Amino acid sequence: MVKFYIATEVITGMQAMTALVNTLTFPRLLLQHAKSIPQHPAYREKYLGIWQVTSWAENLEQIKHLACGLASSGFKRGMNLAVIGDNRPQLYQAMVAAQALGGVPVPLYQDAVAAEMIHVLNDAQISFAVVEDQEQVDKLLEVKDQIPTLTTIIYEDPKGLNDYVQSDLHSLKQIQLLGKAFCEEHPEFFLTELEKGQPSDLSVILYTSGTTGKPKGVAHTHNNFILTGKNSSEFDGLNYKDNILAYLPMAWVGDHLFSFAQAMVNGLTVNCPESKETVMSDMREIGPSYYFAPPRIFESLLTQVTIRMEDAGLLKRKLFEKAIEFARTVGGDILDGKPVSLLHRLHYAFYNLTIYTPLRNALGMSKIRVAYTAGEAIGPDLFRFYRSIGVNLKQFYGQTETCAYVCLQPDGQVKYDSVGVAAPGIEIKLADSGEVLVKGVSVMDSYYHRPDATAESIDEEGYFHTGDAGILDKDGHLRIIDRAKDVGKMASGKLFAPKYIENKLKFFPFIKEAVVFGDGKHCITSFINIDFEAIANWAERRHIAFAGYVDLASKEEVYKMIGECIGKVNIDLADDPMLSHAQIERFLVLHKELDPDDDELTRTRKVRRGFIAEKYAPLLEALYSGKAEQFIETKVKFEDGRDGSISATVRIQDAKTSMVAA
Amino acid sequence: MSTMTTQASAGNTVLQLENISLSFGGVKALTNISFDVREHEIRSIIGPNGAGKSSMLNVINGVYHPQAGDIYFRGEKRKQMNPAQAARQGIARTFQNIALFKGMTVLDNIMTGRNTKMSSSFLSNALWVGKARNEEELNRHKVEEVIDFLEIQHIRKTPVGKLPYGLQKRVELARALAAEPSLLLLDEPMAGMNVEEKQDMCRFILDVNQQYGVTIVLIEHDMGVVMDISDRVVVLDYGKKIGDGLPEEVKNNPEVISAYLGTSH
Repeated sequence: MVKFYIATEVITGMQAMTALVNTLTFPRLLLQHAKSIPQHPAYREKYLGIWQVTSWAENLEQIKHLACGLASSGFKRGMNLAVIGDNRPQLYQAMVAAQALGGVPVPLYQDAVAAEMIHVLNDAQISFAVVEDQEQVDKLLEVKDQIPTLTTIIYEDPKGLNDYVQSDLHSLKQIQLLGKAFCEEHPEFFLTELEKGQPSDLSVILYTSGTTGKPKGVAHTHNNFILTGKNSSEFDGLNYKDNILAYLPMAWVGDHLFSFAQAMVNGLTVNCPESKETVMSDMREIGPSYYFAPPRIFESLLTQVTIRMEDAGLLKRKLFEKAIEFARTVGGDILDGKPVSLLHRLHYAFYNLTIYTPLRNALGMSKIRVAYTAGEAIGPDLFRFYRSIGVNLKQFYGQTETCAYVCLQPDGQVKYDSVGVAAPGIEIKLADSGEVLVKGVSVMDSYYHRPDATAESIDEEGYFHTGDAGILDKDGHLRIIDRAKDVGKMASGKLFAPKYIENKLKFFPFIKEAVVFGDGKHCITSFINIDFEAIANWAERRHIAFAGYVDLASKEEVYKMIGECIGKVNIDLADDPMLSHAQIERFLVLHKELDPDDDELTRTRKVRRGFIAEKYAPLLEALYSGKAEQFIETKVKFEDGRDGSISATVRIQDAKTSMVAA
Repeated sequence: MSTMTTQASAGNTVLQLENISLSFGGVKALTNISFDVREHEIRSIIGPNGAGKSSMLNVINGVYHPQAGDIYFRGEKRKQMNPAQAARQGIARTFQNIALFKGMTVLDNIMTGRNTKMSSSFLSNALWVGKARNEEELNRHKVEEVIDFLEIQHIRKTPVGKLPYGLQKRVELARALAAEPSLLLLDEPMAGMNVEEKQDMCRFILDVNQQYGVTIVLIEHDMGVVMDISDRVVVLDYGKKIGDGLPEEVKNNPEVISAYLGTSH
């Protein structure tokens, strides 16, 4: 049963169709597409209310002029080119132009404030920057004297920049005109430079967000991203006819994979929205066939639909509710190609005609073949909702260091709580600690100019240490359970992954926060924070009178209901051979809301387990000593900054645990 | 920085008002007022409530006809004209209380700003043939440029009535800009806006002034805004001019201070 502890077991992605050798660079891919599909759109950008198309042939021409312009302004092999702005074709072109000259593009987060950019710009020794507009120009000019290497700023959108007189400021148009003239004088220059590029050269440096310490530059080669793009495209059957909407930050590894690497590998069309605010309506107009969004976007889309349905007429609303309810039962199975009775199929077809198709259309998802989500845990209901109405939503797993490509969910084998199997070209194994180790085509070359950090995270055998703890189920699907440093062992020596259980609890709308304990203990217990609004509403409908938060939190009915939620989580856990020991045995509902002001949560609302355990030590002790209630007094900080204290006698209850499946 | 460049490019007098007097029955709205507006400048008119600021704008764009005084526009003495004629001469304006078609979309509202540029016949428009077709495409292109300039792409198809106040103000500016004016009259473009919306509006007004070289006459109550973006300021109080000059000069003018802090009249 503990097979996931055996470090030698290696799970490898399907070898048969895996590309492991590459002779191409991104600029060479550009040449190929300009030759084989010259009239096919490479980019569409909505400008002046119209989708303006750039074909692959035009794309090559523009990149050529840009590259030559950069070269004649002094950009040389080995230099890095900063790229800052919203997703614009010209910025993607600038990346290829830099690569063609033997330089490396460094996309930066466009919403970072100027001060945050200093470190990255200095770390990458940036002398040339291609930016979108006045906003970015202003930011760079503000900190320019702190970036000694920066000599040239090139902007795409001249709006508001007419009266800027700085000599180091040029418009992209100027540079391209310069390049055009240069090209005519040196017709061989571009191709000669381009051919000097090798697949093992760096193709991009992506900076980590730097939540812990200063951002590190993750340096990938052409090999990394081209092989990743190739393998992942084959995995999902992408080709040049696909359409993608580029709307996530260009500095994020996901956008670089989807909107750059996969687009360049397949020659597919990248669509750039008009502005940040128009993404939804632009998506409806384009109807992308391939789509990525983090869970919160899927959630807010669903919320919008739900709200609008509540305003709809009775007939429509009833039909919608019935259709969605029905979809839950068989929708997922139909998508997965599992056997479903003819009657159910007909039933589904009827709703598909009347509800699901128009709904997908309203969401801009009518043409989607593959949609991905990643980044955080997605609620099972949310995930199933999209799948049930026929959107092939899947999850993947990866990080900046692995081109966002480690695990993928194959069609027909989608489980909401796993991130899928090892992707083609990737090997994964689990270390003793449960940490996921990755080796393969997508693992980065190095941290830029940081051999110490590189050596720390890539071991001698070439495995990248992700820092995430995971388990592999019997089908070889990886499940990420927590950060490796947070995973502990129970007294019995069995795995204890608090965040995994906490996430399961938090999927219930009544539970706002959960803190699970069990490291070094004989059983698992939990503090629960109720969602006051949701439970108050629930209580009112049941005519349960309460005086306030503390009172509501201690109600017997609330305990009963929370107990039922925990019971369900325990049933779930019991089903899982690797975590069946980790069922919650006792719990209590905290008398106060956990709050960043009281240091119980971080500003990004992550629970600080150690601090909470200390602060509520009497409660924790009572959980493990078998007491039925415990008095506690805690200090709180009010919103106006005053200190006060709350005291309560907190009840403790046993949770219903489930039999372990044989 | 921006103000300096505008001043540098501010040129000849485009609009000269001489001894303008306007009264409604016995109420004297404006008494013997003279000032000028130069090319490419931002000229603000300030004053307490009822000082005659909006009346002044209405005189400039031909809504009111002064009983006395002369108006010279681009060197020529202007005859009595109505707002439509003023619009054809390149004078566009926005209103203190928004005057948009609430039920129409933003796009359609801004298209109405192109009215003076349309010459095709009713019939060809109704059938959408011949000249009308090309004309609409050209006009739509101009309108889209304005939409892009004012960053209102996301509300292009939204009915104006559904929009928050700050955005409606921006749509009104867009409609005025769609007429490609050489002189733009803005009547309290920032009234009722929060700080952020005001900042945005300031930026747009400065951009309009710089990018398109449009001369702007501005009525505004927010003194911070006026002092920041104006090249010259004229101060009215009870229909009389009590100050005129650079923002600095006006700020230190004792009469202006007393008008604003309030003294008995």
